[in-house]
Amino acid sequence: MKLGKVIGRVVSTVKHHSFENRPLLLVQGLDENQQDSGAPFVAVDIVQSGQGDLIFYECGKEAGFAMDTLSPCDATIIGHVDAIQLEGDA
Amino acid sequence: MILARVVGNLVATVKHRDYEGKKIFFVQPIDPEGNPKGKSLLAVDAVQSGIGDTVLVLDEGGSAKMCIDQPGIEAIRCFIAGIVDEVSL
Repeated sequence: MKLGKVIGRVVSTVKHHSFENRPLLLVQGLDENQQDSGAPFVAVDIVQSGQGDLIFYECGKEAGFAMDTLSPCDATIIGHVDAIQLEGDA
Repeated sequence: MILARVVGNLVATVKHRDYEGKKIFFVQPIDPEGNPKGKSLLAVDAVQSGIGDTVLVLDEGGSAKMCIDQPGIEAIRCFIAGIVDEVSL
């Protein structure tokens, strides 16, 4: 699981059947201080995320398990972040 | 398993059902001397750890899911599986 931010949408008409009716969003990975980490990638969204949302996502085979149907997906947005508390914060 | 330090927590209301009722922490991988090494990640807590603890983190694989005694949990990949008391070199 990692932290990320939704930075865009990807529109795809011809795609694997398990991605039907699932939004594909462009995600920028972030570190705990919300600084960019790595290159942006495409993730399947299951929690109705929108542009600019702070989210967390799962990679690997668990990303496919997070969808209701078995899916060949390697990144899935799992939840929305409400708050982050770091060591040293008041 | 990797050595890591718990550096923060994350609050999320809207999330996948497998994550309901579970604590999510930011963990920073460390080397055996305790220096930060590599990128931080998020892990589900299975051992009642807290911010500042040195912990064992399982990332990837079916073994990680055995940390919590809940059949049917499939969508979680990364768990805090132990609290480290001491590392001797």
